[in-house]
Amino acid sequence: MTGRIHSLESFGTADGPGIRFVVFLQGCRWRCRYCHNPDTWALQGGKEMEVDALFGTLLRYRSWFDASGGGVTVSGGEPLLQAAFVTELFGRLKHAGIHTALDTNGDWPEESDGGRKLEALLSVTDLVLLDIKHPDSEAHLALTGAEAASTLHFLDCLRQRSLPTWLRYVVVPGLTDSPPAIASIRRLKDTHPNVTGIQWLPYHRMGIFKWHEAGIPYTLEEVPAADAAFMDRLRDNSAEDSR
Amino acid sequence: METGMAWESFAGGRWQSETDVRDFIVKNLTPHDGDETFLAPVTDRTAQLWAQCAVLLDRELAGGGVLDIDTETISGINSHPAGYIDKSLETVVGLQTDAPLKRAVNPFGGIRLAVQAAHAYGKEIPAEITDLFTRLRRTHNDGVFSAYTQDMKRARKSGVITGLPDAYGRGRIIGDYRRVALYGTEKLIAAKQTDLDVMLDRDMDDETIRLREEVSDQIQALHDLEELGKTYGFNLKKPAADAAEAVQWIYLSFLGSVQETNGAANSIGRISTFLDIYLERDLKSGRLSETEAQELIDQLIIKLRLIRHLRTPDYNDLFAGDPLWITESLGGMAQDGRHMVTRTTYRFLHTLDHLGPSAEPNLTVLWSTRLPEAFKRYCAKVSMATSTIQYENDDVMRPDYGDDYGISCCVSAMRIGKDMQFFGARCNLPKLLLLALNGGRDELTGEQIAPESEPYADEYLDAEKVLKRFLALQKWMARLYVNTMNTIHHMHDKYACERLMMALHDTDVHRFMAFGIAGLSVVADSFSAMRHTYVRCVRDGGGLITDFEILGEFPKFGNDDDRVDLPAAELVRGFISELRKSPAYRSAEHTLSILTITSNVVYGKKTGATPDGRKKGEPFAPGANPMHGRDMMGALATLNSLAKLPFASCRDGISLTLSLMPNALGTEERFRLRNFGALLDGYFLQGGHHVNINVLDRATLQDAMAHPEKHPQLTIRVSGYAVLFNRLTSAQQQEVISRTFHAAM
Ligand code: SF4
Repeated sequence: MTGRIHSLESFGTADGPGIRFVVFLQGCRWRCRYCHNPDTWALQGGKEMEVDALFGTLLRYRSWFDASGGGVTVSGGEPLLQAAFVTELFGRLKHAGIHTALDTNGDWPEESDGGRKLEALLSVTDLVLLDIKHPDSEAHLALTGAEAASTLHFLDCLRQRSLPTWLRYVVVPGLTDSPPAIASIRRLKDTHPNVTGIQWLPYHRMGIFKWHEAGIPYTLEEVPAADAAFMDRLRDNSAEDSR
Repeated sequence: METGMAWESFAGGRWQSETDVRDFIVKNLTPHDGDETFLAPVTDRTAQLWAQCAVLLDRELAGGGVLDIDTETISGINSHPAGYIDKSLETVVGLQTDAPLKRAVNPFGGIRLAVQAAHAYGKEIPAEITDLFTRLRRTHNDGVFSAYTQDMKRARKSGVITGLPDAYGRGRIIGDYRRVALYGTEKLIAAKQTDLDVMLDRDMDDETIRLREEVSDQIQALHDLEELGKTYGFNLKKPAADAAEAVQWIYLSFLGSVQETNGAANSIGRISTFLDIYLERDLKSGRLSETEAQELIDQLIIKLRLIRHLRTPDYNDLFAGDPLWITESLGGMAQDGRHMVTRTTYRFLHTLDHLGPSAEPNLTVLWSTRLPEAFKRYCAKVSMATSTIQYENDDVMRPDYGDDYGISCCVSAMRIGKDMQFFGARCNLPKLLLLALNGGRDELTGEQIAPESEPYADEYLDAEKVLKRFLALQKWMARLYVNTMNTIHHMHDKYACERLMMALHDTDVHRFMAFGIAGLSVVADSFSAMRHTYVRCVRDGGGLITDFEILGEFPKFGNDDDRVDLPAAELVRGFISELRKSPAYRSAEHTLSILTITSNVVYGKKTGATPDGRKKGEPFAPGANPMHGRDMMGALATLNSLAKLPFASCRDGISLTLSLMPNALGTEERFRLRNFGALLDGYFLQGGHHVNINVLDRATLQDAMAHPEKHPQLTIRVSGYAVLFNRLTSAQQQEVISRTFHAAM
């Protein structure tokens, strides 16, 4: 089985506990206005890689996973679009005793299999980093071009399985930082006992050059990076090391 | 045994009847499992003293790098009258000359360089001295040049072997300065006399005659050291009676040694664990408080930070920032499974809080995955705040070197007092590759350097054909290289012997000859380019290959890709096995390092374009680093590539410099501290050997380049040592800024 890989980062420390090897998969159906990686959008791009080869590569980093309580995070793009590949990869990692984390927006493609495939994936996933783009459905649509419902539905599946989950929320000044929006995110944590932490991520402008390179108009040119002091106040509640 | 109170309450052992400092340490070691909360603040006295030094250091920097030179006196053990910074504030005393930062003239390595260096800073060496060292007393430099062959001179001039210690002291030798503290000179002299009278009373072959003469000189040097003690009012004949004396005895022995030789790198060894035993005893008996203990260490470090040698300005292009490599090895594990982190290990690192970051002494942590967690976290804290510590893998060195070795210079391990090394400079590997393509002609000048052969004639480079040529020329190079080093060290032993340092070694010392290579990643990538894509030669009018066109992508060293990493490991194995074919002077054991310090910039300048796409004159990567910007998979992939280089072939060390943005280590301080230790644990479990870690961002460095006055103490780690950023040349600063910085995504 092969997957489409956008890139590999051997030393990740922001996407799950400990030191993480982060696999960025190619392809995303959403179009978030602040996306840092528009080069991951194209469903057909990236480099094809055999699951065996990737697994072999990941095993070489085991000493760091063990030393730090880390593991492998699959991110993207949107990894759920290559769920079969991720399931296969995570299955092997689990078997080898390596912690697996899935960084996703919850865009689970329609399947008429009674949830079997989703079940298969989640059974080999130790932690989900679920990106909530916006709690309000209209604002969500405007921000991402997609419905918020799929993320919330995915979160419910995670609650049913009691799968440890961190919520991740990008704080974009003027777009996602209103007090009601922040409060809704906090409420999601309160109503989902499987959610062990919230990662508030500051909007930054370091990915804009990729939009320019690709010739896609960037609609947030006027939006400043998130204020550091505001972020500090939000982070008081963080529980990232909850594994 | 007449030791008075000096050994009172120490656990006894073999160390009492023979010279065996290790035995003393193992019997008396107190590992500290706790954290740093016991540490004391800086004393007023130390703070005042350091403030005075800071003024002098500023003046030194403002005056072009040299404050003053004593041109009238030839440097030697106790050559100068007592000197002080401010006697009323000093708890550890002794200076190289009669005033702080006043440099001494040491012509034994070479008078020419001494004259040039003094002249460059507006001073002239008196005619009597130049006359003495040209007509009456031969220098090491003259000796070497009287024996160099034409081949050696050509190789030296082209820079294919370079950094040769043929004009100043060779350095790299670590005296066991602790011996003076533990035993006093009287006992050491008696032991050396016994060596002369018993061990060396044998057939007078060349080696025996030479050694007998050397040991007699060593005895004289120990007497000279006693005189240096007297100059400052101490009786070094006797063992140190307490911690203050132990610090003082060690420092004066080191001072005498660097008065005698101006070697490029002179480590102090592994003194912290040793001193801890004295400090603990005095603390226990109430003779000393923690504050006083810290003060002694702070003041020792101040003294080490003021040691200087007189160098020419162009030395700085090679090794920036006036380095001494006064390396101190901290921590590590004992053979019996205990760790050797003591309170004094913490005290040494704590000097960075009191005195600010500094390049010297070159603080080196011998890291083991089994070191206590509290210490790992403390290292992380200090590293993240100062970027001044280097880390070396005790778990890979201990099997070869035991538990009482020290790091010389940057990465060279030696058993203290038992091993010495002949420093072997470096071979410029990319240049060797270009010579192989051009039939032995220098790609920059067209001059014939290596034996003439048919130049590579095809338009495209064929990896296997090129490798064959490369390996053939490597045979020639290795033999020439060993013979050049043999010549240098023969003359150095003869004309500029480090009597005192060698007096603090066993007489039947084991010798290494430590060769080096620069530009490994350039050559590895070059062969990879030839194997995995098309490399077209571009020739000048005279048929010399001066550039390359590369069509397509190829695997690059530093991405954990076996297709290029394994051939790189093979290059290293091949090089050392060629070296071993030529016997080294005094039966020394051949070793190899992959280390450049800052010289990767100058090597690059002297090397034409290479088949990996590196342009003419561009710097090499430092040490064993991947080339700038070619590591695409993050820091751990680079570490994995490095870990594939075989330590058994590179026993003199494999240096890596890693630059991390603070956020790359984690989103919060507590995660950063844990991940820092895990980063090292992981690398060293993979078998990696050495890593310098800088935790800073590029913007800080750019700001420091534009506004040096705002960052007077900004210190960074370069291949193998720390350096004040302000003291790098602008080309070196540019090179550091262009390195890969690992950032959080
Ligand atoms: S879901 Fe992620 S990858 Fe997709 S557009 Fe949004 S930010 Fe970009």
